[in-house]
Amino acid sequence: MYVAVKGGERAIDAAHAWLAEERRGDPSVPELTLAQIREQMALAVNRVMAEGSLYDPDLAALAIKQARGDLIEAVFLIRAYRTTLPRFGASRPVDTAAMAVDRRVSATFKDLPGGQVLGPTFDYTHRLLDFALAAEGTPPPAPMAPAPDEPVPHVTGLLDRDGLIERQPAEDTPAPDLTRQPLELPASRALRLQALARADEGFTLSLAYSTQRGYGRTHAFVGELRIGRVAVEVELPELGFAVEIGEVELTECDTVNQFKGSKTEPPQFTRGYGLVMGQSERKAISMSLVDRALRWQELGEDFTGAPAQDEEFVLSHCDNIQSTGFLEHIKLPHYVDFQAELELVRRMRREAVQMQEAAE
Amino acid sequence: MSQSSQPETAARRDWISALAKAPPGRLAALLPELPAYEMLRAPEIGTVMVQGRIGGTGAPFNLGEMTVTRCSVRLSEGAVGHACVQGRNKAHAARAAVADALMQTGAAPQIAAQVLGPLRQEAAEARATRAGKAAATRVEFFTMLRGEDA
Repeated sequence: MYVAVKGGERAIDAAHAWLAEERRGDPSVPELTLAQIREQMALAVNRVMAEGSLYDPDLAALAIKQARGDLIEAVFLIRAYRTTLPRFGASRPVDTAAMAVDRRVSATFKDLPGGQVLGPTFDYTHRLLDFALAAEGTPPPAPMAPAPDEPVPHVTGLLDRDGLIERQPAEDTPAPDLTRQPLELPASRALRLQALARADEGFTLSLAYSTQRGYGRTHAFVGELRIGRVAVEVELPELGFAVEIGEVELTECDTVNQFKGSKTEPPQFTRGYGLVMGQSERKAISMSLVDRALRWQELGEDFTGAPAQDEEFVLSHCDNIQSTGFLEHIKLPHYVDFQAELELVRRMRREAVQMQEAAE
Repeated sequence: MSQSSQPETAARRDWISALAKAPPGRLAALLPELPAYEMLRAPEIGTVMVQGRIGGTGAPFNLGEMTVTRCSVRLSEGAVGHACVQGRNKAHAARAAVADALMQTGAAPQIAAQVLGPLRQEAAEARATRAGKAAATRVEFFTMLRGEDA
């Protein structure tokens, strides 16, 4: 059966015109600029970059403005824009040990080279609404202290010196790319990390929390959490050598998890890893817990049926654009499908009534 | 890949990087006048896939892309310059490519002094400011004595 689908154009145009007006809000209130969003809604911008999988704060700010602050809609806009751009190549793997850290904390060691650096954190705030922010004002300048010129090595390296923790030896297996090949299971850890890096923060958080509550428990400590800037180095074919073309802000989390040992190897800690674009420590910690839970097979652990251990479940549902695309499509016209269902239910009811009458 | 240890390569890598990382407005202010040049490759916006390493040290994985703009130019005197800069600013990419070309000509000392010097200094200052603010949030633990005979 064919159902006419014409007739909605005028309504759609009017809906979009009204959307634009509602987006602007009360015209007597000054309009937001992209720079204001970029500078003052930085964590929203970071989330859109991370889940949009495209580092560009100005574009993310535009997407947030266009989406009226709906961050998943903004991620959708960024993903769509990204597909229009040619890709020139891949960077060299970033060196997070050389990060210029704004923040670096460890929950496993109090005293460590480079120190515990709190950075601009919400931790230890009282979570009381600050009504002073309702008025305009410039905060007093943040205090400064002489910065020690010392390296800030990864905490896991300290444990590695004694062989107490699983090693991640450097290697250069080319990374699989989720955006170029369809997802195939079982996925390599590299592919899982790519999927988790762009996964929905809420979904990743819930899964990570479920492991803490016992659904695939891995006894995670935050070995180290660091936020800061790393240089991005790219090989330029026209030059024949690599140059640093810019810097990105990243959040990295390394968890130290329960032991693993065997007849041949003495027990040692295992690890989970999280790396996210921008300042997003909730996401980075969640990612490392989920990464660790997904490694059960590689580490010879039992599959307990926990969602966070189930690679197919995690990887198929962690992307909020895939999820929302399929979820929201059911609100679009399904008149023909529904007509068929309606016919079917009517026929079944008719038959049921006839059977009942025949039985009586 | 010639990960050359030649000093010229290292020097060029450094200035291309300083030009790429420069705030576009600042580079334009320091180098307002450009000599005659032709575009070998007009500024083009694209992406680079940023890679991380598993556990910070292991095998590479794809973290996500970043926007970049690349450009190649030739000065009328023949020097060829290339640029690949973060973001989507075409004027920045073109100016950085021209500056790379100029650094291969007799104008190099002047560009180094008037453009690269200030850019490097300002980048170092910005980095030092953040490092100083971070240092102020570094926790200095002290141990409280407990018990009667403290």
